[in-house]
Amino acid sequence: MFPVLAFLVGLPVVAAIVIALIPKSRSELLLPVAFGLSLLPLAVAGYMVWTFNTAGGFQWVESTIWLQQLRIGWTVGVDGISLFLVALTAFLFPISILASANISDRLRGYLVSLFVLETGVLGVFIALDLVLFFVFFEIVLIPMFFMIGIWGSSNRRYAAIKFFVYTAFGSAFLLVSIIALAVNAGPALQTISFQWNELAQVPMTSTLQTWLFFGFAIAFAIKVPLFPLHTWLPDAHTEAPTAGSVLLAGVLLKMGTYGFIRFNLILFPEATVKYGKWIALLAVIGIVYAALVATVQPDIKRLVAYSSVSHLGFIVLGIFALTLTSVQGGIIQMVNHGLSTGALFLLIGMIYERTHTRKIADYGGLASTMPIFSGFFLFAVFASVGLPGLNGFIGEFMVLIGSWQTFPVLTVVAASGVVLAAVYLLWAYERVFTGPPGKANKDLEDLNPREIAILVPIAFLIVLLGVYPKPVLDRMENDVNAVISRIEQSTSYERPTFDLEGQLRISVPAEQGNNSSGESSEGSE
Amino acid sequence: MVDLIWLVIALPLLGAVGLLFLGKRIGEPNSGRIATLLVIASFFIALIAALPAFGGDFEGENIFLFEWLPSLGVNFSLLWDPLSAMMTLVVTGVGALIHIYGTGYMDGDSRYPRFFTYLNLFIASMLILVLGDSFATMFVGWELVGLSSYLLISFWFEKPSAAAAGKKAFVVNRIGDFGFLIALMIIFATFGSLSYDTVFGNADKLQVGGATVTAITLLLLVGAVGKSAQLPLYVWLPDAMEGPTPVSALIHAATMVTAGVYMIARSASLFSIAPVSSGVVATVGALTALFAAIIAIGQRDIKRVLAYSTISQLGYMFMAVGATAYVAGVFHLLTHAFFKALLFLGAGAVIHGMHGEQDMWKMGGLRKKMPIAFGTMVVAWLAISGIPPFAGFWSKDEILAITYGKGGAWVALWAVGLVTAALTAFYMSRLMFLTFWGEPRWDDGIEPHESPRSMTLPLVVLAVFAAGAGLINTPFRPSLEHFLEPAFAFIKVAHAPEGITPWVLAGVSVLVALGGIAVAYRRYVTRTLPVEEGERWDLVENGFGVDDLYGRTIVLPGKAVAESAAFTVDAKGVDGLVNGVGGAVKRLADAATVLQTGQVRSYGTTMFLGAVAVIAWLLIRGGAF
Repeated sequence: MFPVLAFLVGLPVVAAIVIALIPKSRSELLLPVAFGLSLLPLAVAGYMVWTFNTAGGFQWVESTIWLQQLRIGWTVGVDGISLFLVALTAFLFPISILASANISDRLRGYLVSLFVLETGVLGVFIALDLVLFFVFFEIVLIPMFFMIGIWGSSNRRYAAIKFFVYTAFGSAFLLVSIIALAVNAGPALQTISFQWNELAQVPMTSTLQTWLFFGFAIAFAIKVPLFPLHTWLPDAHTEAPTAGSVLLAGVLLKMGTYGFIRFNLILFPEATVKYGKWIALLAVIGIVYAALVATVQPDIKRLVAYSSVSHLGFIVLGIFALTLTSVQGGIIQMVNHGLSTGALFLLIGMIYERTHTRKIADYGGLASTMPIFSGFFLFAVFASVGLPGLNGFIGEFMVLIGSWQTFPVLTVVAASGVVLAAVYLLWAYERVFTGPPGKANKDLEDLNPREIAILVPIAFLIVLLGVYPKPVLDRMENDVNAVISRIEQSTSYERPTFDLEGQLRISVPAEQGNNSSGESSEGSE
Repeated sequence: MVDLIWLVIALPLLGAVGLLFLGKRIGEPNSGRIATLLVIASFFIALIAALPAFGGDFEGENIFLFEWLPSLGVNFSLLWDPLSAMMTLVVTGVGALIHIYGTGYMDGDSRYPRFFTYLNLFIASMLILVLGDSFATMFVGWELVGLSSYLLISFWFEKPSAAAAGKKAFVVNRIGDFGFLIALMIIFATFGSLSYDTVFGNADKLQVGGATVTAITLLLLVGAVGKSAQLPLYVWLPDAMEGPTPVSALIHAATMVTAGVYMIARSASLFSIAPVSSGVVATVGALTALFAAIIAIGQRDIKRVLAYSTISQLGYMFMAVGATAYVAGVFHLLTHAFFKALLFLGAGAVIHGMHGEQDMWKMGGLRKKMPIAFGTMVVAWLAISGIPPFAGFWSKDEILAITYGKGGAWVALWAVGLVTAALTAFYMSRLMFLTFWGEPRWDDGIEPHESPRSMTLPLVVLAVFAAGAGLINTPFRPSLEHFLEPAFAFIKVAHAPEGITPWVLAGVSVLVALGGIAVAYRRYVTRTLPVEEGERWDLVENGFGVDDLYGRTIVLPGKAVAESAAFTVDAKGVDGLVNGVGGAVKRLADAATVLQTGQVRSYGTTMFLGAVAVIAWLLIRGGAF
């Protein structure tokens, strides 16, 4: 069988090499070639989404053990949980390259960094070997560190180091926990193994589960980031170049939320059931707290960064609420947030290139001078506040409806985030775009075709996922169900049932054709 | 035709999308015409599809569109039953008239095509709201009309007050939606589905007056209060008058704001078994009706009178549905759609003819200058004041009669309703007399004129309905009740009392209305105009300072909390701690400068070496297995 995933992860590596080999005299080729190459992983990802078997389970699995004694190797696969994160990653990279047209300083290094980053992120989402996962998880840090530190704005060094040290700190916990996990499983497996599926079989004492659960959780919580571990993010976002912000929000943060599902929920079900509520609590604090903080940010990019923290809280709440609807909502929200927040960062990048300011107070009245720009911005704002018909709604709605049964109080508090999001985003929109245009903003040029071309595919997906999310939901349903069933089998947890379950008259969902309205649908009890 | 009912939504949606991209190219008169024709087409499709329902005994049909959110038990499907059919006809019918009116009113506006883009978007959204067959689809429409409303209120966004009003409307509505969302959570946790079929079909499994159904209905009410501008969330509606006048007529009078009434009527299966919630609905309605009517008296701006009047009339509808008189509530929704749309459009014609002047104290004597606007508005004025046989009389009186008939504490609500009726007749007469009677008080240079035909035609059509629509549901011939009956089958609904009582009640309310008009006539026509200034008038004109109160108790403290969270807790507290730890580590590391190379590469190397060491150790140990 053709190793699709090795090919997928290998493509950006090849791309990085090609870029490095382009002679200095032909540097005008750098961007177009990079863009062309970045379409290849997207094509592979598109193929994967298209051919994915909705029955679920890992597909395109490859397993080559490199180190027999430790059972470390190339074990990769994609299931319904990771499929769309892979697709999102492959989708955002070409967009990011297009959005980097203004990078003139050391463009080659920049593009190489981007491709290395893509390799790392894709690797994280497909790795089923814990050492492999860890390696990819760490690889991601380095290009991102350079992107912020070299191509960032004024306070880039501080932001880059903070980003690196903070996440490396989390990684230390991750590494120790991975090793402890393998060592603990050693006797049962008759060997040390870092294979995810083998480790998932081995029972462990609840004390150890607790320790390891939190070991993994710290690493992922920093990545997400969860309150109160979030302060690296606004700095990193604000200082990073546009593409860096897009990728950071779009896919890097999702490594944390993905990690929660793939590792915490699967490997430590007992601890998940026991301590999940504390993680959910932090998530909900983050939703409200970050929304409040976002409201008064004077810097538009920082505002969006905090909105990210708030939105990611919904995802984590959904994951730990452990119902089919909530976890599905959490996963689809990962994709949605990547698109809508990605769009916002792209748009902020475009206006920054024109005005060289990110201060909300410096703007005003842009809607009259840049109607196309402001139209896209408003569109992204409404995607972000969860307006139905756009993608953000589906995820948020499913998370909220699905989480209520597990965490009623937390979910009610989380729902207030829906109000707050409207407050901070629409207030920001009002200050930046409405009113009479100030002197400084009178002669700004509206978006050019390249910029529109960047935004159109995102806008298209935002509408598509918002109106017809079924293809996505279908592909993840069985695998999400499997995760929850696993937790039910290995712990005392049971999925909440609805109050009238078993008493309902069977109600036939409306099919094409003529069913009578349901005031009196007959049936058994 | 019922299978094609999706076209009713699709046509205006197509118009919105098409005009969004091509509007500029299509240009001024044609973009408005296309948008108008699409809505007219929707209206006729709906009319044909509703024909079988006019014969009576029409139970309704579900029309499946596409699979949507299976884990919530909902598909994207429509429900075509008498209630949704009636709402669809109102939305597309009044909507079409207002589109026609808009082609004249917006004439020459620099963003003319964009206006019709939004107007079409609104029609499509509102139709999703009323045609959806689940709470999820209703919520979709609910939010989308919020979006359209936002876009249209802040249509003239260069004006900071318009931009702020749009945002305020959206945010206040979202506060209501917060309640709606929680209601949906409980509904899902109870029924395992959000579809009407499942929820209403099994509502009888819930304990009557129990905690679950009471909680669900009260939270739904929170949503309804936001959308329908009732106490305490009505504050966005007066500000919404910043939008172009056709918008005020369509969205903020005839259609969108009635969504809360529709929601409660649609959820009658739940509300009818939640007596406490129903009582709360009616009380909120009655209080809002009275409160807003008082404020309407003190307004100088013609549109703001109508805005508060709308809030007040919606209060009547809430009273009705709270009294489980769902048909009466929907009936008033219908008649109000006609006469209030007419009043707004008439006011728009006045403003248009007065070159943008909205202050009634600068009008006067316009009767002869604008005969059509005047004549049609007289009909609407008599209708809203409750003078027979105009439409408002029948619907308002049915509400009052049913409320009275319920006895007990409900009689108090009836009394509130009656007082409100007197106030309504008074403030509407004040509006009419100040605008059309007396001596001209126009600013210099203003030459009032009648509006173009595109604007007067809708006025005339609406006047016909404002005059006659009440006849579809009179005690002699309750056609609407028969029509809507299937939608409320199996639900215990309240009926008007029998015998002589309703006649006496009707007589009392007519007298009260005539009294209101008479007082206004003496005050504003026969005598010299009074001076309405001073502290008390200011207080009423400012709506008793509720906006200020909210500003001081919610907005400002909220901002202060946000600021302290951002600049103290986050910047100094959380991040301060992080930087503190970082600094401490750095000092420690400075002591051991040998290791401190300052290069990430060497950190990476160290980490890698460390990992290798651990793995090597494991290898050696692993060999023991």
